[in-house]
Amino acid sequence: MVTTLLDARRARRVAEQVPDPELPMLTLADLGVLREVSLAPDGTVVASLTPTYSGCPAMAEMRAGVAARLRAAGYARVEIRTVLDPPWTSAWITADGRRKLAEHGIAPPGAAPSHATGPVPLVLSPTRRSVPCPRCGSADTEETSRFGATSCKALWRCLACREPFEYVKEI
Amino acid sequence: MSDDHVYMTLAEGHEDDTRWAYGTGFEDPLHGVDTAVPDGVDAGELAALCVTLADDALVSAQRLAEWTTRAPELEEEVALANIGLDLLGQARMLYSRAGQVDGTGRDEDAYAYFRDPGDFRNVRLAELPGGDFAFSIVRLLVLSSWRLAHFERLTAHRDPVLAAIAAKGVKELAYHRQYAAEWAVRLGDGTEESHRRMRKAQEQVAPYLGELFTAYDVRDEVVAVLRQVTEAAGLPMPVYRPLPGSGRIGEHTEHLAPLLAELQGVARAHPEATW
Repeated sequence: MVTTLLDARRARRVAEQVPDPELPMLTLADLGVLREVSLAPDGTVVASLTPTYSGCPAMAEMRAGVAARLRAAGYARVEIRTVLDPPWTSAWITADGRRKLAEHGIAPPGAAPSHATGPVPLVLSPTRRSVPCPRCGSADTEETSRFGATSCKALWRCLACREPFEYVKEI
Repeated sequence: MSDDHVYMTLAEGHEDDTRWAYGTGFEDPLHGVDTAVPDGVDAGELAALCVTLADDALVSAQRLAEWTTRAPELEEEVALANIGLDLLGQARMLYSRAGQVDGTGRDEDAYAYFRDPGDFRNVRLAELPGGDFAFSIVRLLVLSSWRLAHFERLTAHRDPVLAAIAAKGVKELAYHRQYAAEWAVRLGDGTEESHRRMRKAQEQVAPYLGELFTAYDVRDEVVAVLRQVTEAAGLPMPVYRPLPGSGRIGEHTEHLAPLLAELQGVARAHPEATW
């Protein structure tokens, strides 16, 4: 039993180190998409992943990456499960993940919007948000495009140091 | 260790390397999800609902992708492509769910690539050609408002897989609607020319509204959102004159067949290819 627990923890550590294909400075654990790693009684490692966005094209690669690392670490039987509920939120990006994003010039997300149930309100009045520049720290920044190279990022620029930067959106 | 290289990781398990160009052997997007249908849920109805919602999303995604290299600005092209990608992802999961529960065991590709126009259940509004940017914005506003309201209700569906797909989609549809609404206000309240084009787009969209509101009870909520946007945009609410027929029963315009021909052409020419 103790061996099994230790082994499950070791398997988790292996799976946690798999880099995200689109934000390779983050591990899948940093991003919050690795939900669970457990060991079945027959020795199969069961790893559960959740997609960030419905159209995330990297899911197949994440699954393959986790399975490959676990096999290379000596786990012969690996099963990858997809978990859809609860849906991924940017709030699951860990403190470590946020620090790594900022170190790589990508502004980490702010607080995720909360919506209970019932109709989602539409707000048309301009909302002012301030995203600090990940390079110089200035709050004098503006959005240049709400959509970017991947679903999870927007494009911003800093009006103080003049550098453009990417920003992981709250969702 | 092969997972540091995209190609090597994806190609793993595919002995016939030469086919990689056709795709990467995409796995089921619901891979490893519990496939059971709860007691009391009619599997046939659930599958039909999933296909309907997937068809709306797939056809919309195809029209949105057509703006790539043609949008007024690079930022809008990226935005429309991103929105299309979200819808494509929703379609893939919904098709997979339909195949799990309708007893056929079909995969997502069977639904997307190997059904004919008469088998599609999307609303006709989704298949109309993109035309003017204003038309695409008005259409996106209507379709995303309807889909968001409908998905919000589906989060309480008794099928946990559909409920989870809907809960994920709600977050995405909220910013699709936001994008369309902000452009609608900017164009409606913009220049004389942009206002004129928005009026024209509203007239083109109006006859197709009824198809959205027949099956599901979200009409009041969607109309309230459209009223909020048109008022902010200085536009009138369009007069609704319904057209006979409905895409929901497989009656489509002449525009769906060419759209599907382009979408399905490669898959049908190489049906044995690994996707």
